[in-house]
Amino acid sequence: MGLPERESPVGKRVSLFVTCMVDMIYPNTGMSVVRLLEAAGVEVDFPMGQTCCGQPAFNSGYRDEARTVARQFLRAFANAEVIVIPSGSCAAMVRHEYPTLFSDEPEWHERAVRAASITWEFTEFMVEGLGLAELGLKLPTPRKYAVHDACHGLRILGLGKSGRVLLDAVENLDLVSLKDADVCCGFGGLFSVKMPAVSDAMLGEKIACIEACEADDIVTGDVSCLTQMNGGLSRRKSAKRVRHVADVLAEGLQETTDA
Amino acid sequence: MHNDARNFVALSDVAIADADLRSAVALATTRAYDKRMVALFEHSPAYGEAIRQQAAEAKRRALRNLPDLLEKAESSLTANGFHVSWAIDAAEARQRVLDIIRQHQGRLISKSKSMLTEEIGLNAALEAADLQVIETDLGEFIIQLNNEPPSHIIAPVIHKTKAQIRDIFVRELNMTPTDDAGEMVAFARQTLREYFVGADVGISGANFIIAETGSLCLVMNEGNGRMCTSLPNVHIALVGIEKVIETLEDYATLDQVLTRSGTGQKLTVYTNIINGPRRGGESDGPEHVHVIFVDNGRSDVYATKYAEALACIRCGACQNACPVYRNVGGHSYGWVYGGPIGAVLTPLLEGLENAAPLPHASSLCGSCKQVCPVDIDLPRMLLDLRADLVDEKVDNRWQMGLKGWALTMQSPMRYELGAQAARLGQRVVGTDNLPGVLGNWTKYRDFPGFAPKSFRQMWRERERSHRKEQPS
Repeated sequence: MGLPERESPVGKRVSLFVTCMVDMIYPNTGMSVVRLLEAAGVEVDFPMGQTCCGQPAFNSGYRDEARTVARQFLRAFANAEVIVIPSGSCAAMVRHEYPTLFSDEPEWHERAVRAASITWEFTEFMVEGLGLAELGLKLPTPRKYAVHDACHGLRILGLGKSGRVLLDAVENLDLVSLKDADVCCGFGGLFSVKMPAVSDAMLGEKIACIEACEADDIVTGDVSCLTQMNGGLSRRKSAKRVRHVADVLAEGLQETTDA
Repeated sequence: MHNDARNFVALSDVAIADADLRSAVALATTRAYDKRMVALFEHSPAYGEAIRQQAAEAKRRALRNLPDLLEKAESSLTANGFHVSWAIDAAEARQRVLDIIRQHQGRLISKSKSMLTEEIGLNAALEAADLQVIETDLGEFIIQLNNEPPSHIIAPVIHKTKAQIRDIFVRELNMTPTDDAGEMVAFARQTLREYFVGADVGISGANFIIAETGSLCLVMNEGNGRMCTSLPNVHIALVGIEKVIETLEDYATLDQVLTRSGTGQKLTVYTNIINGPRRGGESDGPEHVHVIFVDNGRSDVYATKYAEALACIRCGACQNACPVYRNVGGHSYGWVYGGPIGAVLTPLLEGLENAAPLPHASSLCGSCKQVCPVDIDLPRMLLDLRADLVDEKVDNRWQMGLKGWALTMQSPMRYELGAQAARLGQRVVGTDNLPGVLGNWTKYRDFPGFAPKSFRQMWRERERSHRKEQPS
């Protein structure tokens, strides 16, 4: 199943879907996204009607419940010109799953297809959408980072290298490689609580790679995977942490603005 | 074969605690995965992807015409001198094999690797009929000695370390202890040789049946299958009905992706295209070759939206790529097929209620679809099976909880109240031991806690201060 075609988002107002996890747990990450978008000259709007994309129910097989929540998303973003989401997983839910989720409801299907065709993951929006590879960013102090490719962004959205492209252009940021960067961290949404031991075994492998990596910290594009990895790093008393790509980039912004 | 798929969680707990198993599986799957990447993409990424899509199309074309193709295969095989018969289920398949063996007074059976024979529990039936059956694939031979089923589609003993295999040979066959893999293999070869020579019936599966030419195709690296299919006077091949493909050209395509995906080889050491029994004037080969087409639930799958699962060519690439399989091994899945394809096939062939945990035994990372040589959308099927579990009320224990959750998420106001309640609750219970099912999170991982102020609160404040700054 292919993903819907998108028009160029250049010059359009962005409606930010911040995701429920960012809203409740990582609000500063949401603010980092806003600052980066605004620094790129984009007008940002935050529709107050937004809650969650519905993925927890969808991935567990509860399609009616997923539709209930997805309808709220579609209502909240009915007037959006462009939707940007700082999560490959939630963006994949909208882009890849919404149209089929509503295949039996013509009116909602139309709205779902429209949403799917104006939605971008954050780094993808910057690099592919706006054509901005270079944001003119500089970290306050030199730091080594490595990227963990979150699965849904990588394999459903086909994000490729957009996160790395943005990070690579940041001054004072040394991008190094992480072994098995494209192997799942074991989060998998409710999988992490339904099969916690399996999830933890997968996490253990990921953490071994992170510990062996020469980076100071790891960067990823999804706060869900980040929560899993940091939960494990913290439990294992590691000094390393995983950070959202927008937070790392926005740190460079601060320096640029202050200078 | 006995089905223990309902116990996935308990079985995987045992596997995760088994350091030997995890290191053996991790080593072998990683190696196979890496070799596949080289073999499939060494020309260019585009070539690898193109041949993968060509293979996917060949297999889908065959599936679309399956009923006709089976009839065509029956007549072309028969014209080549094969005896063709059909078995609707495992019991009938076992009976057919026993009938053929009795008809030829067979006693010693040499067997080449076949997952279908595992599926129908053939060895137990043969042994119950006082026949001696010897698995001749090295991996299968080892696990037969150790009385356990295969744990991987093409590498049956992937879950054992070299030291464990040494101990099995010493214990069961009085091998002089050695840690040299070459010596161990030589010892197994020596032991197997007399069975190859003495067997009066050989049993194999099939990788493909070519309808156009009436051929039975078998790929292998050890040559044991060639011994089983050429030395005894009778050869019986058990073939799932989904194994039929249209043309020799399709075979050329599919064989390329099968070997590259399975073992990272451009070609296996042995490629057998068997076109019937020994003919007049030929000095060797079996006089009788039987092909038994086995359904065993496949027609039922064919009639559903999961028909695409029948495109599987049993290469094992999804097992090698799956981070769940890599950590829990094949036996955790409780039935013949482990890994992502097993999580799909077991519920389909054995019944959803007999494999309820399996569709959930995946983080939906998508690696399985990415590596599948015929591009089966395994994550989609796992999602659909999860929906079936709920719709058919096989496992809908989260219904009430998620209904309540959906009701909350449906309304921004209720959502915000819920988030506030969660923040308050966190002050009371802390974040070290989350309540309910979330306790499964904090059992293994720390939870960062909810932020004191949500993004939407921060946004509102920001909007207010902007309005103050720029009165309109």
